Amino acid sequence: MSRQSVGLSITAAEKLNETLNAFLEIDRVGALQRATEAEKSALGGIPIAVKDNICVKGLQASCGSKILGDYHPPYNATVIERLTKAGAVVIGKTNCDEFAMGSSNENSAFGPVRNPWDTTRVSGGSSGGSATAVAAGIVPVALGSDTGGSVRQPASLCGVIGLKPTYGRNSRYGLVAFASSLDQIGVFARKVEDVARVLGVMAGRDPHDATTADVPVPDYVASLTGDLKGARLGFPRSLYGEGLDTEVKTSVENVVDVYRELGAEIVDVELPHAGYAIAVYYIIATAEASANLARFDGVRYGFRAEDTPELRQMYRRTREEGFGPEVKRRIMLGTYVLSAGYYDAYYLKAQQVRTLIKNDFLEAFQRCDAIITPTSPTPAFAIGEKVDDPLAMYLNDIYTVTANLAGVPGISVPCGLSSERLPIGFQLIGPYWSEPALFKLAHGYEQARPFTERPPISAS
Amino acid sequence: MPIDQSDIEKVANLAHLELAEEELKTFGPQIVEIINYVEQLNELDTKNVEPAIGGLTPEGAKTDSARDDEIAGSLGQKTALEEAPDSAHGHFRVPKVL
Repeated sequence: MSRQSVGLSITAAEKLNETLNAFLEIDRVGALQRATEAEKSALGGIPIAVKDNICVKGLQASCGSKILGDYHPPYNATVIERLTKAGAVVIGKTNCDEFAMGSSNENSAFGPVRNPWDTTRVSGGSSGGSATAVAAGIVPVALGSDTGGSVRQPASLCGVIGLKPTYGRNSRYGLVAFASSLDQIGVFARKVEDVARVLGVMAGRDPHDATTADVPVPDYVASLTGDLKGARLGFPRSLYGEGLDTEVKTSVENVVDVYRELGAEIVDVELPHAGYAIAVYYIIATAEASANLARFDGVRYGFRAEDTPELRQMYRRTREEGFGPEVKRRIMLGTYVLSAGYYDAYYLKAQQVRTLIKNDFLEAFQRCDAIITPTSPTPAFAIGEKVDDPLAMYLNDIYTVTANLAGVPGISVPCGLSSERLPIGFQLIGPYWSEPALFKLAHGYEQARPFTERPPISAS
Repeated sequence: MPIDQSDIEKVANLAHLELAEEELKTFGPQIVEIINYVEQLNELDTKNVEPAIGGLTPEGAKTDSARDDEIAGSLGQKTALEEAPDSAHGHFRVPKVL
C-alpha cells in the first residue's frame, strides 16, 4: 500500500515538474526503498515533499541558492528524523525562494514555481514548491518554513491548508536559518486532519534547538470535534480596508457568516499596531539574516568562486557570485540597520514596536479564541508583476508577519475561488500553544464548506 | 537619513559583498526607499517599552536549555570535510591569508 502511494507520488512529481517546477530533486530509488520499510508504521509510508532548506540526509539542500550548489547535508533535521521514524517517506526536495526570502518563489536560483491553477501566475512564497506539490495532488503533505508567512501565503495562493505553529513548537535543528527569532517549520496538506496528525509527530522539545519549549504535545487529532458552539472569533475590522482585494474581502466575510451559523460568537477586536508590522519585520528579519548568512563564505560547504588568490577576495567574490539579488539586498539592509550608530534607531526601535504588536495580540486574546483575517491581500499575481519593486512585494505579507513577530500560531484555510478561478484563503491566528483550537476551528469550517475544487494541473 | 553611494559601498564592504557597478546603482535607491518606509516607526513613542528580545513565549522563556556537558558523537573529520570546496590533509584549505 505505502509503496504504491509513494510510487504514484513520484510518478506524478516527475510528470508535472516540467510544467510546475515544484521539485528541485526527486528521489525515486531511495523513496521506493524506504516506502517498503515503512509499510507498517504510524504514518504508514505517507509520501511527503520537503522544502529545500530543510536537511534530509542523502538529498540535496540548495535553499534555492547557487551558493549551496550541490550541497548534501550529512544529517537529518530533527523534524525529518521524527517523521521518517514514524513512517513518512520523503519523495523529494521542493523549490523555494532563495534562503526563504520572498513571497512569489521568483527569487529561486532555479526559476519560479508555477501555480497549478494558472501557470502564468506565482505560487506564492517562499515555500512555493511545497504548496504547489500538495495543491497539484502530487503529495498529501509537505513541509515548509514560515518566517513572515512563507507557509500560509503560498497555501492561500494555491488553495491548500498551511500551518505556522507557535514559536518553539517545532525544532529548527537542520533548518537553514534565515531569521532565528521568527523561523518556524510548518505543514501543508489538503485536509486539516493531516496537518494535525503530522504536527503531533514532529512537535516537541529538542535538545538540539534551545528555542524549543518544554510544553507537552497534545493529541491534535482529538481536537477535531466539529463542535464550534461558544467559540469566540475576533474580527479586526480595521484590517479589512485599504489594499485588500474586494473579492478576497467578500470571501472572508462570508467565512465569518459561516462561523456564526456554526455557533461561534463574533467579537470586534483591534490590533492598533498591525500597520507597523511590515516595517518592524524588514528590520528584524534582515538584521538576523545578515548575521545568519555570514556563514556562507566558500570555506566549509557549497560554492567557491574561482581564481581568487587572496582570502578576503575569495569571501567577497564567492558571496557576490553565489547569492541572488534579493538575498544581497536583504544582507545589505540588515548590515546597514545593525551598523555602528544605527542600532538604536532601527533594530532596538523595531524590537520595541514588536513588543507593542505582541501586546496587541495578548489584549485581543482576552476576548476571543482566535482572530480571523485574510491570508493574502490578493489572489495569485502574475509572474514578473512585482519583481522590480521590493517594497510592493513585501506588502504581500501584511496579514501574516504579525504572527511571526508575536510568536503565535496561524493557519491558512482555502475558502473559495475568485472570478478568475484563483484560490482565496483565510487565516486564523490564536494565542500561544492554541494549535488544538485552530485545528478545531479550521476543521469545523472545512466540514461545513469543503473545498473540493481541483486545479487544472493536477495529478488525479 | 540621507544615504549616498559611499554609504552603500561601505555597507557592501562590511557584508563581504563585492557588488557590481550595476548592483550598486539599483540597490542604492531601493535601500533608501525601504529605509524611508521603515522610518514610520518613529511616529511611535517607545520610551518606556521593553524590547522583545529573548524567549517569545512565557513557556519558552522558562524552559531550561542547559545540558550536561557530556561527550556525544560527532560527524567525524572525513564526513565534515566531504562537502568542502577544497580540503587537504584533514583540513579546510583556503587561499593565502597574508
